Amino acid sequence: MTTPRPPKAVRRSPSPSPPGQSRRSWTGWGFIGPFAIVFALVFLAPIVYSIHLSLFRDQLIGGTTFVGLDNYEQALNDDQFWASLGRVSLFLAVQVPIMLGIALLIALALDSGRLYGRDFFRIAIFLPYAVPAVVATLMWGFMYGTRFGLVGDINEAFGITLPDPLSTDLVLASIGNIVTWEFVGYNMLILYAALRVVPHSLYEAAEIDGAGQFRVITAIKLPAIRGALVIATIFSVIGSFQLFNEPNILRQLARNAITTDYTPNFYTYSLSFNGQQHNYSAAVAIIMGLITMVIAYVVQLRGMRREA
Amino acid sequence: MTSTGSTSSAGSPATAASPSGHPSGSVHAADAGKDAPRLRTPRRHTPGRPGRSVPLTVLTGLVLLYTLVPLAWLVISATKTQEGLADSSGLWFGDDFALWDNIGQTFTYDDGIFLRWLLNTLLYVVLGAGGATFLAILGGYALAKFDFPGKRAVFAVVIGAVAVPGTALAVPTFLMFSKMGLTDSPWAVIIPSLVSPFGLYLMWVFATEAIPVELLEAARIDGAGEARTFFRVALPLLAPGIVTVLLFTTVATWNNYFLPLIMLKDPDWYPLTLGLSSWNSQAETIGGDVIFNLVITGSLLTIVPLIGAFLLLQKYWQSGLAAGSVKE
Repeated sequence: MTTPRPPKAVRRSPSPSPPGQSRRSWTGWGFIGPFAIVFALVFLAPIVYSIHLSLFRDQLIGGTTFVGLDNYEQALNDDQFWASLGRVSLFLAVQVPIMLGIALLIALALDSGRLYGRDFFRIAIFLPYAVPAVVATLMWGFMYGTRFGLVGDINEAFGITLPDPLSTDLVLASIGNIVTWEFVGYNMLILYAALRVVPHSLYEAAEIDGAGQFRVITAIKLPAIRGALVIATIFSVIGSFQLFNEPNILRQLARNAITTDYTPNFYTYSLSFNGQQHNYSAAVAIIMGLITMVIAYVVQLRGMRREA
Repeated sequence: MTSTGSTSSAGSPATAASPSGHPSGSVHAADAGKDAPRLRTPRRHTPGRPGRSVPLTVLTGLVLLYTLVPLAWLVISATKTQEGLADSSGLWFGDDFALWDNIGQTFTYDDGIFLRWLLNTLLYVVLGAGGATFLAILGGYALAKFDFPGKRAVFAVVIGAVAVPGTALAVPTFLMFSKMGLTDSPWAVIIPSLVSPFGLYLMWVFATEAIPVELLEAARIDGAGEARTFFRVALPLLAPGIVTVLLFTTVATWNNYFLPLIMLKDPDWYPLTLGLSSWNSQAETIGGDVIFNLVITGSLLTIVPLIGAFLLLQKYWQSGLAAGSVKE
C-alpha cells in the first residue's frame, strides 16, 4: 500500500463494474493463480525467510542461535550502514530532481507540438533505457577515463586538466550522471503518456479564458499529470535506494573511490557474499526495505495532499 | 509474439489517438495567432499545425545530444583496435577501421564464449520474459474482469512488494535456491524473472480499458468456456498491451545483472551483461588479457537487438503505454 495505485484500484475495479460482471466467483483465481504461485515463491517466501534469518546469528561456537532483534540493534549502531544510507540520500536529493526536471521539460516540449521532429526526439531520447546498466556504466566508465576517454580528449585538446570524474570527490556525481542518462528518457515517456490523455475540453476552456502557454502548463498540465509524477518519483526513490549495478561496475575503474559498503545494497551484498554474514545482511536489507517503503509512502501522501 | 502480429488491427483505436492528432492543437493555434510575425516561417513549412519553435527545438536538441553522444562514442569506438582506442579521439574514427575484425574477434575469443552468452541471454529472455508476460496477461485479465475472493489482498500484496528492494530479496532467494539445488543453473535466473509486478499492473489497466465486458458476456452466452473466451475474445484485444509488457520484461531480463551475478558461478551460464563485466574486469587481474576493444564491441552487439526491437515495434508499445498510463 505504498504507491498511489491501490486507492485507484479500489475505486475502479469493484464499484463501477456493470451488474453482469460482478458475480463473485473463484473463476478469477484460475487466471491469477499461476502468477500468484510464482509470486509467492520468488517474493513472499524470500521475505519471510529473510525475516527468519534476521532473527538468528551464526556463532563460531554453538552454531546458529536465536538472538531476537540483536541484528537490528547492531545495524542501527553501524556507522558503515549509516554512511551508505547518507550517500544514497544525498544522491537521491540531487539526482532525482535533476532527472525528473529534465524529463518533465522534455515531455512538456514534446506535448506542446512546437518541436520540429517530435517523434524522432521522443524515440531517440528514450533509447538509453534499452541499454543495460552494465553497458551504460562500462561506456561512461571508459569516457570518464583519461586513457581513451572523452575527458582525456578534452584535456589534450584544450591543454587543461579537468577534475577526474572517478576521484573520490566526484564519483558519486559521475554515478548520478550515468543513472540520469539511463532513465531520463524512460521518465519522459511516462510523463508524456500522461500528458497525452489530458482531456481536450480543459485546453478549450483555458483558451476561452485567455490563458497563455505558461498558464496552461501550471494550471492544467502539471495538476493533470500529478499522479504520473508521483509514480515516477516513487520509482526513482526506490531505484536510488537500490543502487548497486553502477557502483559495482564502476568500482573496477575506481577501486579507491568506491568501497564495498558504498551503498546499502552494496553493503548487504558484500556482507553476504564476501563476509558470509547472511543473518546480519538480512537485517540490514529489511531495514532498508522498511525505510524505502516509508519514504515511498511519504512521497505518495505529499503528492496526493496537494490534490485535496 | 505471433498472436500479437496477426491481430495488430485491434490496436488501431489506441494507436490512432497518439501519433498524429494533437489534443492541444486549438490552444496553440490561438497562441500562434498572437505570435504570428515571429512564427510565420515555420508555419508555412507545416501548414495546419501549431507553430514550431526553433529555440525550443534547440533546447530539446541539447538533451538529445546528451543522450546520443555516448551511443555515438560506442559505435565509433567499436571500429577501433586496442591501440586505436588509446591513440585517437573518442568522437571520431581512427585510421584503422577494425569493426568487422572486432566483431569476428568478439565471437571467436575464448572459444566463442560470447556466442554462448548471447544464446543464454536469449534463453532467459524467451522463457523469463515470455513467461512473465504470459503470467501478467492472465493475472491482469483476472484483476480487470473478474471479482474473486481475496482480490484486494492480492492487489495490495503485489503493490507492496514492488517497493521491496530487489536486492533485499536477492540474498534470501539465493539461500533458498541454493537449498533447493537450483543455483548455478539457468532456472535460478529464469524463475525469478517470471514475476513482473509492473507488467501485471500495466496489463490490468490495459485490460480494463480494452476489453468490453459485453463482449465477454456474449461469448459466455454463446457457450464458450472461460479459457476459450480468454484466448479467442480477450487475447486479440490485448495485443498492444502485450507488446508493451513483452518489451519491458524483455528489457528487464536482457539487462539483468544482479540476479545472475549472485546465482551463477559457471561462466558457461552467464548472460551477456555478466560476461561483458567479466571481460572488463579481466584487465584488472595480473597477467589478464586486456581486451577493451572486445568489451566495447561486445557492448555494442548487446544493445543493438534491443534498440532494434524498440524501433521496430514503437507503434505498438507506445500506444500500449499510453493506454496504460495514469488516467485521472
